[in-house]
Amino acid sequence: MSTTSPVAATGLRVALFATCFNDLMWPETPKAVVRLLRRLGVEVEFPVEQTCCGQMFTNTGYLDEAEPAVRTFVRAFDSYDAIIAPSGSCVGSVRHQHRDIARRADDDRLLDRVEALSPRTYELSEFIVDVLGVSDVGAYFPHRVTYHPTCHSLRMLRVGDKPLQLLRAVKGIDLVELPAADQCCGFGGTFAMKNADTSIAMGADKSRHVRDTGAEVLAAGDNSCLAHIGGLLSRERSGIRIMHLAEILASTEEDPS
Amino acid sequence: MRERTTGTRQADGHPHVGITTTFLGMPTFQEAARVSLTDTVQRRNLAHATGVIREKRAAVVGELDNWEQLRLAAEAIKNRALFSLDEYLVEFEERATAAGATVHWARDAAEANRIVVDLARAKQAREVVKVKSMATQEIELNEALQAAGIDAWETDLAELIVQLGDDWPSHILVPAIHRNRSEVREIFLREMKKVGRPAPEDLTDDPPRLAEAARLHLREKFLRADFAVSGANFAIAETGSLVVVESEGNGRMCLSLPRTLVSVVGIEKVVPSWRDLEVMLQVLPRSSTGERENPYTSIWTGGAEGDGPQDVHIVLLDNGRTNVLADQVGRAALRCIRCSACLNVCPVYERAGGHAYGSIYPGPIGAVLTPQLRGTSSEIDQSLPYASSLCGACFDACPVRIDIPSLLVHLRTRVVEEHRGGVPKPEALAMKAAGWMFADHRRYEAAEKIASTGGKALRSPLLGRKEVLRQLPPPLNAWSGARDAPVPPSESFRSWWKRTDGGRLGPSEERE
Amino acid sequence: MSARDEILGRVRSALADRPELPEVPWEYGRPVSTGDLDLVDRFVERVTDYRARVDVVDRDEAGDAIATALGDARHVVGDRTLRESWPSDAEVEWLDAADLTSTELDRVDAVVTTATIGIANTGTLVLDHGRGQGRRAASLVPDVHVCLVSADQIVSDVPEAVARITELGAQTHPLTWISGPSATSDIELSRVEGVHGPRTLHVIVVR
Repeated sequence: MSTTSPVAATGLRVALFATCFNDLMWPETPKAVVRLLRRLGVEVEFPVEQTCCGQMFTNTGYLDEAEPAVRTFVRAFDSYDAIIAPSGSCVGSVRHQHRDIARRADDDRLLDRVEALSPRTYELSEFIVDVLGVSDVGAYFPHRVTYHPTCHSLRMLRVGDKPLQLLRAVKGIDLVELPAADQCCGFGGTFAMKNADTSIAMGADKSRHVRDTGAEVLAAGDNSCLAHIGGLLSRERSGIRIMHLAEILASTEEDPS
Repeated sequence: MRERTTGTRQADGHPHVGITTTFLGMPTFQEAARVSLTDTVQRRNLAHATGVIREKRAAVVGELDNWEQLRLAAEAIKNRALFSLDEYLVEFEERATAAGATVHWARDAAEANRIVVDLARAKQAREVVKVKSMATQEIELNEALQAAGIDAWETDLAELIVQLGDDWPSHILVPAIHRNRSEVREIFLREMKKVGRPAPEDLTDDPPRLAEAARLHLREKFLRADFAVSGANFAIAETGSLVVVESEGNGRMCLSLPRTLVSVVGIEKVVPSWRDLEVMLQVLPRSSTGERENPYTSIWTGGAEGDGPQDVHIVLLDNGRTNVLADQVGRAALRCIRCSACLNVCPVYERAGGHAYGSIYPGPIGAVLTPQLRGTSSEIDQSLPYASSLCGACFDACPVRIDIPSLLVHLRTRVVEEHRGGVPKPEALAMKAAGWMFADHRRYEAAEKIASTGGKALRSPLLGRKEVLRQLPPPLNAWSGARDAPVPPSESFRSWWKRTDGGRLGPSEERE
Repeated sequence: MSARDEILGRVRSALADRPELPEVPWEYGRPVSTGDLDLVDRFVERVTDYRARVDVVDRDEAGDAIATALGDARHVVGDRTLRESWPSDAEVEWLDAADLTSTELDRVDAVVTTATIGIANTGTLVLDHGRGQGRRAASLVPDVHVCLVSADQIVSDVPEAVARITELGAQTHPLTWISGPSATSDIELSRVEGVHGPRTLHVIVVR
């Protein structure tokens, strides 16, 4: 594996935004990002000041409460050239919502910093494909996998088939197409709680499609959607496990995930 | 026949779901959805119907290589109209009047109804035939006519099904989308005879036979009707023309047979110029019925000598639209051309159904339009902005590029803001606490420590090495009702990073 | 204050922020490609797709085509202009819609009209209800509509049609755009041809 990536060569400072949810509930995902990027020649830093993107507040209508999270985000990542997060949803919030919150706070300095920072914030697959120019990360994962593209990656960030390009290049993988893949799984942040019945009805269809593929592993770029679909699959004793895209891409013959 | 269980019924039938002052409030979206999700027939009807229409739309949109340019053009045309609405309304009035139409203005539903009822009375009309129109649904015109002793006959097939079934619309384009063919047959057999020509006794549930029954039933009404009421899809300022887009020919019947025609038109229906039709008539049929062009489009300007209604009236309706226009973000919803593409792609609509939205405007656009038109004082209208997972499929399908997810978030903010100052709800307290926590990473770390300790305990042999939780205490049981929850890991990522220097130290080389 | 003044006043105060008028990023009135087919062939294909019947005939065959299209019809609406421009030896009784009430129109077997424009990519006929076409009810109430359109009236797509209507000065005429026979998809989204309008649409394209 090459260790001279364009990023390493230019001496860019790259930060990992683990996201609060992954930090607490799914630490294996950011760990996998660290391993994967290190293998690709990118040493990430983890600014400890980071907390949350604030999306949960914004999307529930609590914009005042989101403001401290936005300020913390700016403080933590301002000095980095690229910020990478293993979550399409959180990156979507940074790129599309932080500006509105800064405007509302009526703080021009914050707005300037937010506007400078948003375009430097990448979802993992975007960073690997667009910035590093890599589509084969040299991974090995000999399992039957199906991939759920997640709404915010698809329709907010428009990552297109970048995650699938990366998955297709994984050695040993048996990648099967998920029917009605572009349909929402029903997580939707606080929607999963506020409208639990509808959320579960949507998730039930998603989980049925996943089961129909015969996959062992359901992969996605967002652990929040995976927690919801995985929660259903687990309750159904389906025998299908959920895995973040990063963990599959980090997996090698020497160090399997 | 299944009973629709959502909503408080009026003494004489279906609940008030218009944009009127008689609106009394309905159960919240989540309560109504909890009931409608169990309606197995409706679930199947909706899944089938929305699936069919999604495919049709995708096929005809895919034929065009300039679809995105058309959307941008349609968005700009509607924005131009809205941003100079006063001028275009005046221009429209001037041109329509010059062409022989009488233009009325209505501040609200009551005023619009009064105008139509007075016109019908002046003509001594005992009955009116109606072209499907969201504006007249919105003002509950049929009820107003009925109160004045005038029968209003809906002539669109789906509206007829809804009216005969004493039901209410659950979709903008296909109001009876929640009904299947055998339900329609039952309604026709049971109800047609009460109000006119009965359904043929040997009626089957074959859609062509059902359509024929409607043809026969309504033909006598068309031929004798002297007074028609319509809406309009577009009002062209430059020429004073109105446009109605339809499929069945019931619209053409109403627009060309009676002597008097009254069209109730929301003020946001204005487009600036004649040529704008070339964009709108490309995007509307493809987005609504998934056709290149719908079977019939009628365009008329005042009255035409020797052809069709000679007494032509237009009622320009505000009914809350100017309040929407005043909201710099929310006004985007006024671009809506009622195509219903957003309903057809919406995973929430597909499952919960249109009635759960408690309004004649259901689905994603309803969730942003209803609370803006009606205000957010009732529980249902407060719940509507939350009736979405924010998946974004609606924005991608919208031919006038209304960013519905952003509008939903905007309206959620409005709902939250309106509650500030009073006694805070538990949610507001939790949000405040979490906001405080995320302001400083040390506070978040402290909370993580507690969670990790809990996780460690749950994973211990003593508690049976739990990996997942099957039951959570309230309010988290909303999650665990059908979904397992993961047990927090015993070490957070940031603790791991600190302990191993980002994985550079082995487990045996712990820091500290 | 009148409702008019009050509403206009509300509109003006709602727009107090004076939003900037956007330019419409669109070139109006331009021809659109009809792909691998010429105008007539594309028109025929798209009209057929709506399950209308279509014949393409030379000018001297038009009369026969009308007679064939009318089949067993006996009482047929068609005004003098139509009968003089498109003489046909169909054995029918010709009636002028101007002399008929709606109820009488309901009893005729068919109607024959010309069209003003044909639109290739959408398979649409545009009628402006001048001579040869009759009032709007004439082409609506009878169950069979035979519609003649000349090849040189066919334009590529909706933009050209809208521009052509302007050239003809017909914007304020009553206009009916017809794309196939009357139809509905109101029952389970399954398409049924034939509701209130003519259940049979027969288009004759004259080269």
